[in-house]
Amino acid sequence: MSKPRFAMYWAAACGGCEIAVLNIDEKVLELDAHFDVAFWPAAMDVKYKDVEAMEDQSILVTLFNGSIRTDENEHLARLLRRKSKLLVAFGSCANEGCIPGLANLSPREQIFERAYTSPSTENPDRIRPQPACQVAEGTLTLPPLQPVVRTLDQVVEVDYHVPGCPPESHQIAAVLDVLIAVVKGEAQLPPKGAVLGAGNSTVCDECPRKRDVKRIDKLARIQELPPLATDVCLLEQGLMCAGPATRSGCNSRCPNVGAPCIGCYGAAPDVLDQGARLMTAIASVVEAQEPEDIDRVLDGLPDPAGTFYRFGLAHSLLRANRAALAEKP
Amino acid sequence: MSESAFEPVIIGFTCNWCSYRAADLAGTSRIKYPPNVRLIRVMCSGRIDPTFVLKALADGADGVMIAGCHPGECHYLEQNYKALRRHRLLQRTLAQFGIEPERVRLTWASAAEGARFAEEVGAMVDEVKKLGPLNWPTRPVPQSEAAAEVAP
Amino acid sequence: MADNTQQERVGVYVCHCGSNIAGVVDVQSVARFAAEDLKGRGVVVARDYTFMCSVTGQELIEQDIREQGLTRVVVAACSPHLHEGTFRGACGRAGLNPYLAEMASIREHVAWVHTDKAVATAKAKAIVNGAVERVLRNEPLEAIRVPIEAGTLVVGGGIAGLQTALEIAEAGYPVHLVEREPSIGGHMAQFDKTFPTLDCAACILTPKMAAAGSHPHIQLHTWSEVEKVEGYVGNYTVTVKKKPRYVLEDVCTGCGICIEKCPVLVVDEAHDAGIGYRKAIYTPFAQAVPNIPVLDPDTCTYYVGGKGGCRACEKFCPTEPNSIVFDQQEERITLRVGNIVLATGWDLFDARRIHQYGYGRLANVFTNLELERMCNAAGPTGGKVVLRDGQTAPARVGIVHCVGSRDRNYNNWCSSICCMQSVKLAHLVKERTGAEVFNFYIDMRTPAKDYDEFYQRVLDEGVHFIRGKVAEVSDVPRGPDEQGPLFVQVEDTLAGLQRRIPVDMVVLSAGLEPRRDSKAVGKTFGIACSTNGWFIEKHAKLDPIATMTEGVFVAGCAQGPKDIPASVAQGAAAAARVLSYIRQGELALEPVRASVNEAQCSGCRLCNGLCPFNAISFIEERRVTEINAALCQGCGTCVAACPAGAISGSGFSNEQLLAQIEGLLLDVARVPEPA
Repeated sequence: MSKPRFAMYWAAACGGCEIAVLNIDEKVLELDAHFDVAFWPAAMDVKYKDVEAMEDQSILVTLFNGSIRTDENEHLARLLRRKSKLLVAFGSCANEGCIPGLANLSPREQIFERAYTSPSTENPDRIRPQPACQVAEGTLTLPPLQPVVRTLDQVVEVDYHVPGCPPESHQIAAVLDVLIAVVKGEAQLPPKGAVLGAGNSTVCDECPRKRDVKRIDKLARIQELPPLATDVCLLEQGLMCAGPATRSGCNSRCPNVGAPCIGCYGAAPDVLDQGARLMTAIASVVEAQEPEDIDRVLDGLPDPAGTFYRFGLAHSLLRANRAALAEKP
Repeated sequence: MSESAFEPVIIGFTCNWCSYRAADLAGTSRIKYPPNVRLIRVMCSGRIDPTFVLKALADGADGVMIAGCHPGECHYLEQNYKALRRHRLLQRTLAQFGIEPERVRLTWASAAEGARFAEEVGAMVDEVKKLGPLNWPTRPVPQSEAAAEVAP
Repeated sequence: MADNTQQERVGVYVCHCGSNIAGVVDVQSVARFAAEDLKGRGVVVARDYTFMCSVTGQELIEQDIREQGLTRVVVAACSPHLHEGTFRGACGRAGLNPYLAEMASIREHVAWVHTDKAVATAKAKAIVNGAVERVLRNEPLEAIRVPIEAGTLVVGGGIAGLQTALEIAEAGYPVHLVEREPSIGGHMAQFDKTFPTLDCAACILTPKMAAAGSHPHIQLHTWSEVEKVEGYVGNYTVTVKKKPRYVLEDVCTGCGICIEKCPVLVVDEAHDAGIGYRKAIYTPFAQAVPNIPVLDPDTCTYYVGGKGGCRACEKFCPTEPNSIVFDQQEERITLRVGNIVLATGWDLFDARRIHQYGYGRLANVFTNLELERMCNAAGPTGGKVVLRDGQTAPARVGIVHCVGSRDRNYNNWCSSICCMQSVKLAHLVKERTGAEVFNFYIDMRTPAKDYDEFYQRVLDEGVHFIRGKVAEVSDVPRGPDEQGPLFVQVEDTLAGLQRRIPVDMVVLSAGLEPRRDSKAVGKTFGIACSTNGWFIEKHAKLDPIATMTEGVFVAGCAQGPKDIPASVAQGAAAAARVLSYIRQGELALEPVRASVNEAQCSGCRLCNGLCPFNAISFIEERRVTEINAALCQGCGTCVAACPAGAISGSGFSNEQLLAQIEGLLLDVARVPEPA
C-alpha cells in the first residue's frame, strides 16, 4: 500500500468544516481512492498515541480545522505539524480564529462566569469545570483553556490556507483536485503560504446586487429595516455587510439570499487586518460631518469589534482584549 | 514602573499641509515639547488608515496622535472629515480591546499653529503618562519544529 | 511583513546643520548607529557632515551613489519641505531615481524642540531607522508632467491685482481679472495722497486702471465673483458669477445721464466710507473702470416701490437699444486658466468695536478711511476737512494710532501702514485747516525708504506726537473749566504723566484685517488661511508669493498687511512666477497618485464618493473603479478607505508607511505574550 497518507483534525471549532468536507458528496470517494486516511477522528477511530507512533513527516497532508484554545489543541497542532509534510489551515477557525476567537474580547474568568453562572445556565451549585477531578475510578482531566485563542499559524508553521466558515464545498473539491493532481505527478504544489480555494477579490466581485456610490446615513439590524430590495446592495440599504472587505470565493452565498456577508472568508489578498479595512471603509462613507451626527450613524453598530472582527479577531493586529492578553496561562 | 520614570512612545501622523508644517513651525520657533512623539508624514489625514494605528499600538507604541488640518480647512477640501469619522469608529472599537480613548488622540493644527501643535503633544504625553505603558504583547510566532513539545 | 529588501544598498547622511542639529543631537552617534546597527538592513555607508545641503554635502551623496552603488538614500537633516528637492536632485544627478531618497527631519522635529542630548539622539536614531525602513520600500517614480494653459485668473482689481494683470498681459498672455465691486481700483482709489511722496493716489492709480480696462489681453469681469474652482495647476476651470448690473455693458456708453436723472440719493457705504452719497444707479467714482453704472435694486424705486415705478434712467437713456434692463439675471461664465493669483485685499477694522473710543457714538470721531475720503478733492466734502456738521473746520485734531492693531483684545498684528498713514493724515489736516494736530502712538514704525524722513518733516511742521495708548475718547468735561468738546485721555509714557487733550475731532487709525470671507474664499481656491485669517504663503521667507496649492499665488494685503510699494512688488512678483510657468509650457508634479489594481477591485463602489476632485469613476462594463491620474491630487483618502486593499498610493504606500511605523518603534521594549 503506497497511497500517501491524509489526516484531518478538529481543534477548537464547531464541526462545520468536517460536514463541509462530506458535502463534496461522491468526490469524497476520490479522496479515499488516492489517499490512505491515517487520522480523522470525526470519521474513524485512531488514538493520539497511534499518531505519536507514526514517523515524522509520514503524513502527506493534514487538513487542520479549528483554532488553538486549549493545551490539547496545541499539542495536536504540534504533533500533526511534525508528522505532516503539508499542514493546511482549513477553515476560518484555523486561519483567523473565527467565532471561537471572539472569546478573545474577554478574559477567561468572564468567559467562565458567562458560561457557567449567567441566568441562561441552570447551575445552582456554580460548578465550574476543573483541569483535574478525582472520581472513584481515578483522576479525570480536562485540557486547560489557554488565555487567548490563537490561530494555527501563530503556533506552528502552516503551508497552505483554505478560508471559509466553512470552506465552500466546490472550493474544497477544487483543492482536492489540486492535491490529487500533485499526487499523480500531474501538477506542482502551489507556493508555500498560498491561499487555496478562494478568489483574489472581495465578495462584491461575485455579488449580483446593483450598487451605487455609497453614502451611509443609517445602519440598523435587518429586523429594524423596511423590507429590503432584492437586487440592491445591502450596505446601501443600511445593513452592515462585510462583503466589500471579505475575500471572494463563496459566490456571494449570503447576499444572494438576502443576508449580509459576515466576513467568513477573511481578508482580501495582501490585507493586514480585515477588521480595520472594514472599519475604515464604513467610516469613510458615513454621511455626516459633525461628531454628534457621525455618532448617531455609528450607534447603529452596537458591537463594532464583534462586527468587524467576527472571524478575524485572533489573527488581527491586536488579537485580543488587553486584559485577556495579559493573563498568565 | 513609576509614573515619573515612564516615558511613553507616541507615533504621530501628520498631514503634509497643516500639521506637519505646524511641527516644522514649532521647530523654527524653537518651541520645546516632550520628545515622546515620533512623526510620520502623510499627504492628508484622510490617508490615515486605522490599520496604521493598530499596527503602531500592536508594535509597542503607547499612543497614537493623528493631526490634520482644521475641519473646513483641509488642503483636499474635506478629507479630514473622513479622518474624523474613522477616528470615532476606531475609538469605539478600541474600547472593546481595553484601549483607553486618550491613547489615540485626534487633533487639528494649521500650518500656522506651531505652538498649538507643541501644546497638543504636551497634553497627550501627560495623559498617556497617567495611563501608564500600553505594552501590547508581541505577536506569537510559530516555533520551529525543534521547539519543545507541550505535554498533553 | 514580506521582506524583499535584502538586495538594497542604503546610504545614510546625518547633517550637523552647523550647530543647529549637532548642538543637541550627537550626530556622530547617529551615523555610527546607522553604519553598525543597520548594516543588516542594507546600510552600506553612513556619514555625518557639517552641511549636507552644501555643494560638497550633495557631492558626497553623488559620489557614494556612483562609487558604492547605492540604491537608496536617507538624509537626516531639516524638514523635507526645505531640502527634499535638493537631495532628490543630487540623487538624480548621480543616476539614482530621485524618489528613492527620503529625508528624516531631525532638526525641526528633534534638535530645535528638545534639549536633552541623550533623549534627542535616541529619538533621532529612531527617526533615521524609520526612514531607512521606509526608503527600502520606496519605488522609483517619474514626475507627472502637466501642460500649462496660457490664461491666468487674477482675483481682485486693487493695485496688487492690477499690477499682476498688467505684467502678464504685457508679456502677451491672456488675463481674466475678476473684481467683485462695480469698478477696479480697490482701496487705493479711495485715498487722497500717498505717503511719503504725497503724490495723488488717483493720479498714479487711474492710468493703470485705464491701461487694464483697454488692454487687449485683459478681460475685466467686474461686479463678479468666483464661485467654483476645479482642476489643478495648468488646467483650472473657474466658474464666475456675474451679478446683474441691470445695465447692458456692451451698449452703455457711460454718458452718465441715468445717474444724473436718478432721483434716489443713498448713503455711499462703500467707496465714500459712509460719509457721502450716491444715486440708486451709480458708478462708484468718476474714473471708474469700466465706466458703466450699476443699478442697486435695494434702493431703486422701480423695485422698492413695486414694479413700474420711476424708470427715469430708462426714460433718459440715449442708447439704442436701451441700456437699462430691469430684469437682467445673474450669469455664470466658465474660464479655463493655467494659474490663479489671489489679490483680494483687506477689510478695515470696525472701530465701533472699541467702545471707549466713541466711534459711532460721538459724532466727531472719524475713521482714517473717512478722513481719506474727506481729504480727497473728488470726495464728499470736495477736499475740505470738516466736522460731522459738514462745514466747521476743526481747530484741534487728535489722531489715534493702532486702533484694533497690536492689541490683544482685538488683533495682535501690526497693520504696518497706519503709522505712515496717520503721519500723512496729520500733514494733510494741518495743510488744509491749520489745526493743531496730536498723534497718539505706541511706537512709530517708519522702516521703508524715505518713510522716516517724511515723519521728521511732519514733526518739523509742528504736529505733536505723544507716545502712549489712548485710554478713552470722551465728550464729558471733568469740570466747568474744561473746554472740549472732545477729550483724549492718554498716558504720555515719555513724560510719565496722564494727559487729557481737548480736541474738536478724533481720527481713529483703524487697522487692516483679512477680508471677512477670506476663509471661504481660501476654501474655494484650495488654500489655507493663518489663524489670523491671512492667506498662507508657501514659505514665510523664501516663497511669500506661492501657496501650498500649485498654480495659486497670492499678492497684496490678502497675504498680510502691506503698503502700496510692497503690494505692487508682490503683484509683479506673482506675475513673474506665473509667466515662468506659462513659458515652461509644462510643469513637473509630485508623482503622488492613487491607482486601482483592477484584479483586486470588486467594484463595491465604496470609494466612489470620496474624491473631492472627481478623479474616481466607475466603469460599468468591467464593474471596476478607475482613478484618473491627472485629476488625482494624491491625498490618499481612497487608498485608506478601500476595503479590498485594491487601491495603492505611490510615494505613500501601505508598505512604506507600515515599515516606517515599525522602524520608528525600534527601541521600544517589548513583552512577549505570557506563554
